[in-house]
Amino acid sequence: MQEKKLSRRDILQGTAALAAGTLFASPLRAQAPEPVAITPALVEAAKKEGKLTFYSSMDLPVGEKLGKAFEAAYPGITIQIERSGSERLFQRVDQEFGSNIRAADVINTSDASHIITWKRKGWLAPFVPEDVAKHFLAEYRDPDGMSATSRIYLSSIAYNTNLVKPEDAPKSFADLLDPKWAGKMVKGHPAYSGTIMTATFQMVRELGWDYLEKLSKQRVMQVQSSTDPPKKLSLGERAVMADGNEYGVVLLKEAGQPVEPIYPAEGAPTISGPTAIFASAPHPNAGRLFQAWFHTRETQQFFTDYTAQYSAHAQVQSKPGRRKISDIKLMKEDAQGVEKMAEEIKTRYARLFRV
Amino acid sequence: MTAITTTDTPKRHLDLTRPVLWLFATFMILLIVLPLSWLVLFAFTDKTRRPTLQNFVTLFTDPAFLDPLWTTAIIATTSAVICCLVAAPIGWLVSRTDMPGRQIIRALVTASFVTPPFLGAVAWELLAAPNSGMLNQLYRYLTGAEDPLFDIYSLTGLIFVISCYTFPFVFVLVANALDNMPGELEDASAILGGKAWTTARRVTIPLALPALVAGALIAFLQAMTLFGSPAILALPAGFHTMTTKIWSLFQYPPKLELAAAAAVPLLLLTILLLQGQKFLLGRRGFSVVGGKYGPPRPVEMGGWRWAALAFCLIVLLNPVFLPYFALLNAAFSPNATTLATPSTATLHNIVFVFTELSSTQLALKNTVILGASTATVGTILALVVAYVTTRRVIASHRLLGFLATAPVAVPGIVLGVGLFLSYTRPPFVLYGTLWILLLAFLTINLPSAYQQLQAAFATIHPELEDASRILGATRLQSLWRITAPLLRTGVIATWCFIFIGVMRELSAAIVLFTSQTKVLSVLIYDLNESGDLAAISVLGIAMLVITFAVVLAVNRIPMFGGGAGARLRNS
Repeated sequence: MQEKKLSRRDILQGTAALAAGTLFASPLRAQAPEPVAITPALVEAAKKEGKLTFYSSMDLPVGEKLGKAFEAAYPGITIQIERSGSERLFQRVDQEFGSNIRAADVINTSDASHIITWKRKGWLAPFVPEDVAKHFLAEYRDPDGMSATSRIYLSSIAYNTNLVKPEDAPKSFADLLDPKWAGKMVKGHPAYSGTIMTATFQMVRELGWDYLEKLSKQRVMQVQSSTDPPKKLSLGERAVMADGNEYGVVLLKEAGQPVEPIYPAEGAPTISGPTAIFASAPHPNAGRLFQAWFHTRETQQFFTDYTAQYSAHAQVQSKPGRRKISDIKLMKEDAQGVEKMAEEIKTRYARLFRV
Repeated sequence: MTAITTTDTPKRHLDLTRPVLWLFATFMILLIVLPLSWLVLFAFTDKTRRPTLQNFVTLFTDPAFLDPLWTTAIIATTSAVICCLVAAPIGWLVSRTDMPGRQIIRALVTASFVTPPFLGAVAWELLAAPNSGMLNQLYRYLTGAEDPLFDIYSLTGLIFVISCYTFPFVFVLVANALDNMPGELEDASAILGGKAWTTARRVTIPLALPALVAGALIAFLQAMTLFGSPAILALPAGFHTMTTKIWSLFQYPPKLELAAAAAVPLLLLTILLLQGQKFLLGRRGFSVVGGKYGPPRPVEMGGWRWAALAFCLIVLLNPVFLPYFALLNAAFSPNATTLATPSTATLHNIVFVFTELSSTQLALKNTVILGASTATVGTILALVVAYVTTRRVIASHRLLGFLATAPVAVPGIVLGVGLFLSYTRPPFVLYGTLWILLLAFLTINLPSAYQQLQAAFATIHPELEDASRILGATRLQSLWRITAPLLRTGVIATWCFIFIGVMRELSAAIVLFTSQTKVLSVLIYDLNESGDLAAISVLGIAMLVITFAVVLAVNRIPMFGGGAGARLRNS
């Protein structure tokens, strides 16, 4: 588990150093297992199982693209992707485990605090892919080898360029409180989306509940998943996105849609999406193969290029022409803080926004 | 009615009715009482299962609960009234007049019934979202106005969309009642000098009234317990209904006690309504089918025929033409609410749904399996219960009738929880299998299937069976030879009704599904939450095609008389 000196260390440390440090400070700390490379034996064993069920909160076309790439890399293994908001996946996993159902093999959540809960309950299987051990900063892997951060991304604001002139566009979260945006904004829901839960925590920490209370008076259109606001924005349903996936906005912009991301002056909430294998996985070898493959340099590079997210893999380069995460002012992640505050966020948010 | 073993020995009078019936009664009790008991237990206890009324105190002192209750009452009442106002005239026009295109109108009403309400809600998002909705875009283009014409994300919008997909329930009942009404009664009235309005007031309306009241009741209950449309439209509009509120109580950490308690007001309201229906209809008999009757004579409308047709078509614009157009457009458009032109049309969405979306095939398969099996089991069950209650075969027929109607009072989502609680622990561990969904769909569809078959039985006078029995046949023989043929249409209609009901069902499935038992409705709901409108449109169209294909096929099965569907058409 010796780390190299990483060139991107500075960049990444800014994003979520606090987060991971506390996230993995579990009392159950033990030694992570030896790193595992993708061996023919592992591939063989995975092919024998032939199937993989992957719970994920990734934007659907993005997730399915990842799945197809895995199926192409290892013919004979089919992957079924269960896409839903992370908070809903969290509830479903709880419900399924409560009834002794073990359908999920691997899960990628956008609320890193979920890993803390699952780990505490002993539901996760330790597994450390070689690439994770060699090329991931300590902040982005569980010391006990229970998970690795597969993607880093932002929740931002954004606007529709057909409806708003660049000079009129909001520059900060504070600008969203301007009465001129009343009835013109869309945002995701923290009780549904892990991204929004994580982002809401950071906004409450930096801007206070007071800010959200004022925002709730702006007649904001409330959707569920953080992947929805960019789509509502590009349809022109609302002029401004108050929160939601920045990568969705970037992808739509690259596809020629009239959307433009804004990196708020207060800093953009940062979200890391860890992936873990369940100890009860019905297809454990396929799960390990997927986990190892997902965190290789090649996959991470492909994933980053294709999805406009950021990678914790030290060797992955950002796609030319895209904004580098080091150039963006970020809010710090704090998974443990989210875990403590999730219930309060859900309750107070529902009271403020009435849904 | 398959347990016919005594056809050739009328003398022995071996009557299997009772044991068969008791078997059904036991099954019904398991099916309905078990989950309901769990619900009641949870509503009246705390986390340690100690008796308490605290859940209700919480419920009735918190505006966060009272507001949705009030909203739901408004939605259900308004929708039921709208449904009756729309369905009764269309039913009459189609059944009793010489309006042109009656078959087409019937088919189109069937199409609105077949359309799952959540799919309709998504289609109306495409049409009438305040800014991106196609109708609003058109309106702005034509008038240069700034403000939208429609806002589907509002209470009015929600009531409108719910009514679009609830009115067929009323239509089916009213049109069937009018179809089965003997023309002689109206003729007699006319011969005796009754003017058109007198005949309508003294004969037609009283005979159709039970169907209309039953329809209004079903519409009210449907609107009250619907989950999909409110979940899709109310959240962006910033309010809750009871079902979405109950759903939100399942968020982690789940508050099952409150959810169960929140179902109680809905349950009480339904019992009240059922009592009200009984009171309204009194004890008058409405059997009119006694042996032969003549076909009803169509009312000649003269020049009004075309106006009537135009009225029907304008109404049907809302549940069928416009939404289907919006879905088709979105399926081929690169941007869901932009009009696809030959140069911009794309197959990308279709390719995505059928080659990349990994849940498609599984969900399709599960849905069709569940649809067919639920429809078959449900029809048999409803048939038996309807027979027992209309003919009062056993002493406890009232109880059976109540059991078959009771689930209507329980929102699908709450029933889902009841089933979840019942079948996640020994001796019945069914969660995670298709069986639990089968039970859920069966329970949910039983009330309307039962109502439908009961109405069918009610129009067949027991004298026909009595005559057969006096001549020496057993009860089952009379049923098979006399009643069954008369019921054919009703049975086929009920089977289709349940099959469609399963396709439409979302509220219980959303609690009970797992990744391996996912159904289309859940898949579409998930896609809506992430805003993948184009994929929904493709899946929705696929779903409609399957439903129409199955319903058409069933109506052509020779065993059921092939042309039995003729009564559904205008002959």
